[in-house]
Amino acid sequence: METREYNVIAASGIHARPATLLVQAASKFTSDVNLEYKGKSVNLKSIMGVMSLGVGQGADVKITAEGDDEADAIAAIDEAMKKEGLAE
Amino acid sequence: MSKELKGIAASDGVAVAKAYMLVEPDLSFTKKAIDDTDTEVSRFKKAVADSNDDLQVVRAKAKESLGEEEAQVFDAHMMILADPEFTGAIETKISDEKVNAEQALSDVSQTFIATFEAMTDNAYMQERAGDVRDVTKRVMSHLLGKKLPNPALINEEVVVVAHDLTPSDTAQLNKKFVKGFVTDIGGRTAHSAIMARSLEIPAVVGTDSVTTSVKDGQLIAVDGLTGEVVVDPSEEQQADFNKQAKTFADEKAEWAKLKTSPSVTADGKHFTVAANIGTPKDLDGVLDNGAEAVGLYRTEFLYMDSSELPSEDDQFEAYKKVLETMNPKPVVVRTMDIGGDKKLPYMPLPEEMNPFLGYRAIRISLDRQEIFRTQLRALLRASEFGKLRIMFPMIATIQEFEAAKKVFTEEKDKLVADGVKVADDIQLGIMIEIPAAAVLADQFAKHVDFFSIGTNDLIQYSMAADRGNDRVSYLYQPYNPSILRLVKHTIDSAHKEGKWVGMCGEAAGDPIMVPLLLGLGLDEYSMSATSVLKVRSLMKKLSTADMQVMAEKAVNESISNDDNKALVEKTVGNK
Repeated sequence: METREYNVIAASGIHARPATLLVQAASKFTSDVNLEYKGKSVNLKSIMGVMSLGVGQGADVKITAEGDDEADAIAAIDEAMKKEGLAE
Repeated sequence: MSKELKGIAASDGVAVAKAYMLVEPDLSFTKKAIDDTDTEVSRFKKAVADSNDDLQVVRAKAKESLGEEEAQVFDAHMMILADPEFTGAIETKISDEKVNAEQALSDVSQTFIATFEAMTDNAYMQERAGDVRDVTKRVMSHLLGKKLPNPALINEEVVVVAHDLTPSDTAQLNKKFVKGFVTDIGGRTAHSAIMARSLEIPAVVGTDSVTTSVKDGQLIAVDGLTGEVVVDPSEEQQADFNKQAKTFADEKAEWAKLKTSPSVTADGKHFTVAANIGTPKDLDGVLDNGAEAVGLYRTEFLYMDSSELPSEDDQFEAYKKVLETMNPKPVVVRTMDIGGDKKLPYMPLPEEMNPFLGYRAIRISLDRQEIFRTQLRALLRASEFGKLRIMFPMIATIQEFEAAKKVFTEEKDKLVADGVKVADDIQLGIMIEIPAAAVLADQFAKHVDFFSIGTNDLIQYSMAADRGNDRVSYLYQPYNPSILRLVKHTIDSAHKEGKWVGMCGEAAGDPIMVPLLLGLGLDEYSMSATSVLKVRSLMKKLSTADMQVMAEKAVNESISNDDNKALVEKTVGNK
């Protein structure tokens, strides 16, 4: 299992466009990918799951991937997080 | 057999075309127990696939006729269809609970909607509940074998008939084919009415019963000047409507000749007739109608049409576009007017008992200065591309204006120190919409460069009558002498200090109000672009000397809104 932790720096948190792009990035892989925030974990391939967490600025989140392509999945999501200015 | 209806005339023009019913079919169903759950799951999957096909087509059409931005709403819908937590949960429910797909869809969708709607501190998530509802309806319609209206697919001339039109409905309409709107509910300031005016198509709203009076494809005649609607008109009636349409077209052609003329009264006095805009896209209308300035650029659309706070560069591009296009004509930019009825999905504001009396506009800007400073910097950087005037909304005290001006000056000095080119003739003014500011206009006039009177708010605050509340809408009285006195005091105070005064509310383009305002000496009239030529044509027929005598009576002798309306009608006659 691959894990990565982030502190969300984007002023409006994980919303709308960034959420969409994270889900698109995660959906390209077969591994199970989850997003954890405040003790709640959701499927990162689910737009409604991600949005329902209401991740705001300053939030500490954890992303995990488990499966055959877990390393690639984490790398792709890491790239999306940075490209979208969600984390440094 | 023809049937006549009467509603509120919401957008000028006359049209006769087939009715297009933008009305949802009955999507009710009954719960059933299912033995063969595999087949039921397949049936559900097929409905999802069909819905996805619909959305692909609708998206492509919407992009073609309305642009990429409007089309993106359908991407959100397709993502929900592809969401494993959504479709997966429904499939599991069918298999585990042995219920029909309709029931499983409805249950799962309700759970998501309830979760999103419970996030009351987050307007964005509450809106997503609407997306889930839309998608659910679409899949349900396929399960039930019913047809949902897809307004983006209209490809013949129609009059759209609806209970009400939401922004997402109107966004899908192609102006080329939609010749008019008729709705059951709404008033002149409803979203559908404003949209119809900006599209320049006739509209009648608030008919109560149009959706139950007409069938899809039936002929319907709409007169947006009088509010009359005729379903299945006789040949005679059709001829009448067509004659009206021609008269209106002729009148419009007459106005069009005034496009390049200045706005001058019968006795040779010049006034500025300007247009209101919300985005750079509206500039076409401003230029087409020959407005002499932009009297109100509502920047809140930059904030509302975005999923996050707009960056300094994004704002700079928008402001530059507007200033450059209008140059050398001036542009009055109103700083962010969020709060009241305008919410930002990504910036939750506390729920308030009285949002119109609460945390909004300049009150937010002065409190959350990082947002305000970004906007001012973008404006300052754009200032060298045209003639910029900045206006602060909802100013109640001179101290608020001075605080805003201080922030402006600090940002200006910083940019200048960094070597950025900034215009040195930027005027700073305020909206007069709070009675306290109108009453103290004589003092304000010593501090500001200009005033712009916002009539809708000035009236609602003066009359203590919520402008969205039908039960007290009789108190919307723009011609009431009390309102006219506030307007007169504002104008006189500004002129005494050599400053100018504009008006940027609905009233500035109103044919009864314009003669009164001419008499009171208002300098600038800012309105929907589509009213500019009509007002210019009206001004040509009026003499300021006569209007002064009339306004004097309206302010000092009249005791009611109706008296003043009658007074103007009598004085101006059929000009």
